[in-house]
Amino acid sequence: MTSAPSRDVGGETLRQPRKYVTLAARRRRTAVVAWLFAAPFVISFGTFGVIPLVSSFAMSFTDLRVTDIRTPFAVNFVGLQNFIDVLSDSSFLNALRNTLMFVIFGVPVSLFIALVLAVMLNSLGRRAATFFRVGYYTPVVTTIVAVAVVWRVMYQDDGLINSLLASIGINGPNWLADTTTALPALTIMAVWRSIGSSMVIFLAGLQAIPMDVKEASSVDGAGAVQQFFRITIPMMMPTILLNAILTTTGFMQFFDEPFVMTNGGPLESTTSIALWVFRQFQWGNYAMGSAAAYVLFAVIAVFALIQFRFLRQRT
Amino acid sequence: MSRTITLTRTPRWRRKVTPATVVLHVVLSIGLVATLLPFIWMLLGAFKTNAEIMRRPITWWPEAPTLDNFRAWFFELDMSRYFANSVFLAAVAVITTLVFCSMVGWALAKLDFPGKKALITVVLSTMFVPGIVTLIPGFVLVANMGLVGTYWGMILPGMVGAFGVFLMRQFMLEIPDSLLDAARIDGAGEFRIFAQIVLPLCKAPLATLGLFTFLGSWNGFLWPLIIAQRDSLYTLPVALALYTSATGDRGAEFGLQMAGSVLIIIPVLVLFIAMQKHFVQGIAMTGVK
Repeated sequence: MTSAPSRDVGGETLRQPRKYVTLAARRRRTAVVAWLFAAPFVISFGTFGVIPLVSSFAMSFTDLRVTDIRTPFAVNFVGLQNFIDVLSDSSFLNALRNTLMFVIFGVPVSLFIALVLAVMLNSLGRRAATFFRVGYYTPVVTTIVAVAVVWRVMYQDDGLINSLLASIGINGPNWLADTTTALPALTIMAVWRSIGSSMVIFLAGLQAIPMDVKEASSVDGAGAVQQFFRITIPMMMPTILLNAILTTTGFMQFFDEPFVMTNGGPLESTTSIALWVFRQFQWGNYAMGSAAAYVLFAVIAVFALIQFRFLRQRT
Repeated sequence: MSRTITLTRTPRWRRKVTPATVVLHVVLSIGLVATLLPFIWMLLGAFKTNAEIMRRPITWWPEAPTLDNFRAWFFELDMSRYFANSVFLAAVAVITTLVFCSMVGWALAKLDFPGKKALITVVLSTMFVPGIVTLIPGFVLVANMGLVGTYWGMILPGMVGAFGVFLMRQFMLEIPDSLLDAARIDGAGEFRIFAQIVLPLCKAPLATLGLFTFLGSWNGFLWPLIIAQRDSLYTLPVALALYTSATGDRGAEFGLQMAGSVLIIIPVLVLFIAMQKHFVQGIAMTGVK
């Protein structure tokens, strides 16, 4: 039994007779091996992940512009001036308001539909559940640029959506051209794209509820509705809040839809913070853009913290 | 209720079919059609002429189905080039992510070394940083490396991701230590243990991570849009976004746009349906620890 593996590993056993190696030497060796395993990631992620993250923060306290791109260290320190400028800029505040409106309306609608779908799917047989799950998840995996093409056509004044609305007697608006309906139109589209992933997380949460809890409650005479509100919802609370955090974090970064659908228009009514940052990048206001990006980061962190608090309280 | 029961044939169904489940299936089916309507409309539109798409009232089925929209992509525009670029960049991203993230995930899961806690903290905390934060300094960095307008400029920033490390580490934590100790006693080195014992056990998370990385690369458009700068480097989404924007060369040719969308989406859909189990696993793994 011992001969087979030792032949298998060849000379390696002879090179390092383990019983003579001290504990400290073995620890050192493990550390070297571990860092060799980590090295490709650390180098790659350090260069293109951590360095930009840190320099973005540093940049936001300087007057870096596109003209300084070759000499990014030869810039002046301006303190909090960029943050003051950003927070007093009416177009930024408008972008902040648009983003918050998008989050406040989009996130609850998305979560509600996803939860209802998950509960419905959870009561189906395995095959039917898989079929519907795949179907409802499809919008999540598809390319936003491609999806935008068809939604733009559907949202036309006399396009598919308004034709369908007209057939039930509703006179639909010119969705993307009207400042009051453009943001709701993009919200609908974003909800459509996000329901699938929340639904799958809810399904995993529902399947984790032990059957005996439900059985015990039905023995005690609880009906389906009572069971849903008294058993399912309370036991799902951690999953619901986790989903709320994930969806809020994602929706805060609202960018794809306005970028490909409206370019922030009409009249800035769909400009989000992320799109506002991108504009600063395009115009060469690098330091301003970085400061605004960190404002967004801070807003997301605050929302996440509040939700985490809530999560801890409830569980 | 008794009537619905007599309609069914197999005993397995007989127990299940109640008015409630019928209503449930009908509601879910209506919702599904609504969800898939944009894709149906896209597919139908790809075979219509531009004139038919613009005509009112709208038509559902293409009157005279045409392949001209697809032909234009391949013969008037350089679709095969964009397709090859997308495939190449996605393949590189998948390979580097799988190899490097599983390596560091392994070290973080099962090896002890100084700096481990700090590394875990960095990985976990950067997962929640909005992507837009690193856009500008990332561009400054890549520009100073002279990589704007090159494949390297598109490849290097997407080689690894924090999510991949998290996913691989979570899974590798579950591998029993006794298995690894047995291999060590038999004299296997750490690299051999990783390659011959750990990786074969990690097929499921590797498949999940590979899928998500492929999707991220295939669907991503902002970074390639900034870096590509010339037609021969365009990926599919970049080409579609540039040619079809309202001010683009093909801004008014909706049939062409729909055909391009179909061409981008089909590979993703095929992959997704073939491997949908791994998507669900991955999502569930992020959601429920």
